[in-house]
Amino acid sequence: MAATISFKLNGERVRLKADETRKLLWVLRTELGQTGAKYGCGRGSCGACVVLVDDRPVRSCMAQVRSVRGKEVVTIEGLAKGGKLHPLQRAFVEHDALQCGFCTPGMILTAYGLLRSKREPSREDIVKDMDRNLCRCGAHTRIIDAIESAAAELRNGKSTT
Amino acid sequence: MSSNDVQTSDFQQSRREFLKRFGGGIAIFVTFGGSLELLERAEAQSRGVPSDFNAFVRISEDGRVTCLTGKIEMGQGPITSLAQMMADEIDVPYEMVDMVMGDTDLCPWDMGTWGSLTTRAFGPLLRAAAAEARGVLLELASAALSVPVPRLQAKDGVIFDRQNESKRIAYGELAKGKPIARHLTVKPELKDVSEFRVMGQPKLRRDSLEKVTGKAKYAADIRLPGMLYAKILRPPAHGATLKKVDSSGARKVDGTLLVENGDFIAVLHELPDVAEEALGRIDAKFDVPPATSTDENIHQHLMSVAPKGDLVAKTGNLEQGRKRATRTIETRFFDGYVAHAPMETHAALAQIEDGKCTVWASTQNPFGARDKVARAIDFPLDRVRVITPFVGGGFGGKTSNMQAVEAARLAKAVGRPVQVMRTREEEFFYDTFRPAAVVNVHSGIDNAGRMTFWDYEVFFAGERGAAQFYEIPHHRTTVRPRGWRGGPGMHPFATGAWRAPANNTNTFARESQINAMAAAANADPIEFRLKHLKDPRMIRVLKAAAKRFGWTPAVTPSKRGLGVACGIDAGTYVAAIAEVAVNARSGEVEVKRVLSAQEMGIVVNPQGATIQMEGCVTMGLGYALSEEIHFRGGQILDTNFHRYEIPRFSGLPKIETLLVEANDIAPQGGGEPAIVVMGAVIANAIHDATGARLKRMPMTPKRVKAAMQEA
Repeated sequence: MAATISFKLNGERVRLKADETRKLLWVLRTELGQTGAKYGCGRGSCGACVVLVDDRPVRSCMAQVRSVRGKEVVTIEGLAKGGKLHPLQRAFVEHDALQCGFCTPGMILTAYGLLRSKREPSREDIVKDMDRNLCRCGAHTRIIDAIESAAAELRNGKSTT
Repeated sequence: MSSNDVQTSDFQQSRREFLKRFGGGIAIFVTFGGSLELLERAEAQSRGVPSDFNAFVRISEDGRVTCLTGKIEMGQGPITSLAQMMADEIDVPYEMVDMVMGDTDLCPWDMGTWGSLTTRAFGPLLRAAAAEARGVLLELASAALSVPVPRLQAKDGVIFDRQNESKRIAYGELAKGKPIARHLTVKPELKDVSEFRVMGQPKLRRDSLEKVTGKAKYAADIRLPGMLYAKILRPPAHGATLKKVDSSGARKVDGTLLVENGDFIAVLHELPDVAEEALGRIDAKFDVPPATSTDENIHQHLMSVAPKGDLVAKTGNLEQGRKRATRTIETRFFDGYVAHAPMETHAALAQIEDGKCTVWASTQNPFGARDKVARAIDFPLDRVRVITPFVGGGFGGKTSNMQAVEAARLAKAVGRPVQVMRTREEEFFYDTFRPAAVVNVHSGIDNAGRMTFWDYEVFFAGERGAAQFYEIPHHRTTVRPRGWRGGPGMHPFATGAWRAPANNTNTFARESQINAMAAAANADPIEFRLKHLKDPRMIRVLKAAAKRFGWTPAVTPSKRGLGVACGIDAGTYVAAIAEVAVNARSGEVEVKRVLSAQEMGIVVNPQGATIQMEGCVTMGLGYALSEEIHFRGGQILDTNFHRYEIPRFSGLPKIETLLVEANDIAPQGGGEPAIVVMGAVIANAIHDATGARLKRMPMTPKRVKAAMQEA
């Protein structure tokens, strides 16, 4: 059913008319131009499509667009604030925690959810939380390192360069 | 027209385009062949690099240097390592180099990005082009400064008079004014390792910032006004034929456009998910041929249809070797079909405007895509341009360009830009799988524990890595066939190159058998190998691995769960040591630690090389332990990641890497070699832990348990 849906996307209010049962991923990528959210599997098995909904990671290939009505959606494009990278983004760069980069937005936003609920995750915590995100290039150990280092930075509240 | 003619005319066409597009600055075109014999022409062609002209180099008026290459970036990092080469040879700071990759109108012809060839085969050409460009700049500076060339020196993008350093001119200054196209044929002087300032330095990826902010564009991320998304009707199995179709259901969906051409039926819509939903409303009946082969009986089938063998290595007399053996072992190894499964599925966007077709494609070979598209839509080659954005993983699987052809056909049919992006299910269905294979090895040792003969026959894996490198007086290696595709009727679906094609299966079989020989000889598997090695490169890398790992010699099986394996791929030598624990009740294998040591000649980017090794170890765990395509005839049963298990965070060991320095050897391959040893190193570690010899990959818990019961 076509309906008007409004929510906040990367800090800006958006209002669009769409079949409200359509999947959030396709609305983000098509009408809203946020192609940082990637299609990987279409069934919630890989995590490439993860976005934040009210600060929590959500698999946008499974979520209906009506589920974000009135909420705040952040895609990878909206994570850096005022031109300043989020510590996770910076840590992924500094640790070379990516190769082809296709899984990277989902990795970073999933890790964001982890660091939001656990300030000081152990490596086991990280592995457990990231385990449903797939990477084919084999950047895993560097991704774990990057998340650990971003966690430390967030705890210390410093903004290293 | 021969393929050479095609390349030449392409080049002239694209040179004109190139100059038109870039306006001012200096463009360097370099002829290879003739006086420049860096690579023999035939060799250059067999390696898939341009044989007539090398890379374009362009120096712009702001002094920036643009490197134009037909290579593409799919994660393995040439965007970084090629820029390092360029910076060093042309003498500019690394940050002043820009990369333009995989655009068929701007870049010189290239066969494709695969085979770990970018550094070892294309690298020397790129460096030569850069060195020649520096030569041109020196000539121009000589004229501008009225100083003879031998007195000039280039450094950091500036040329100065050695006798009077205030007499200087920047590259950008030399590039001002109308475009200068220069063409040199003298043999350039490549820098010696001792002169490297950028090469050999560990460099972080150049494309990270774009990739962590979502700015990096992949083929399916390109948007054009008026574009449509296409979803195409697919058969339920390979070999199935469309019998009856009723597309009225799809037509009823608002805004859909249908293209029907025989069994090529596509639904197009402004929204991809609506196109997908409409496709689901097409009622299609297919004739599916009866399924005869399955993942369980495929090996018998392959052995029965295999062509007569090609001998690829032979020394001595097998009969004599057999007679001298006091202990012989004959083993048959099996490998299954494996999927590439890149995170990005195949995608392409095609636009036809003013008689020119532009395709943004997820491809490892943009020029191959261009040729295929041109043929499919009946356009001359110079009216098709393929642009390669970032590619989300390839591993050998993005070379057939079917999606680019489909997008172009549809764009031509509807007169609007059309995107084709495969679903994950289509990606698994149309993958060009690494072939299932069988290897028979018969070998023996004498009383002194020396191998006396080696008889090796491989079915369908292919030739790469088949020939063994140990000192065995009597040996023979036969490949059936040399490649991996076989021919019609061999495989139930498409097969193709998969990261280090053939070598994963061959190294699994060879190194497993070598370990079985070591066990028969009551020897430590590393000492046993060293006893049979003469090649100094292999000896050095194996010893380095043992030392770094902290290996203490013991007869295998030692119950420690330690395995070793060696391999050669793409000119690079690899030795790996792994530690595993096997759960006797479940058969589950926990890989605790993997050390991968590699000698790859001169290392251009140690950081990038290390990361490729880590990636190879990780990806290799998949084919070793869990990855296998299940099928019934032409029907692929593994349709998505819930059924096809690729490595995850939770299964990963501690991964250590070691680059063995060898600056006296030219740079060798880096994207593939470290993966070839992963099957054998795990199999040998399982054997060391349990005494059970795994003969079939992947080594699933069920197979491990079965092997343990047999042992």
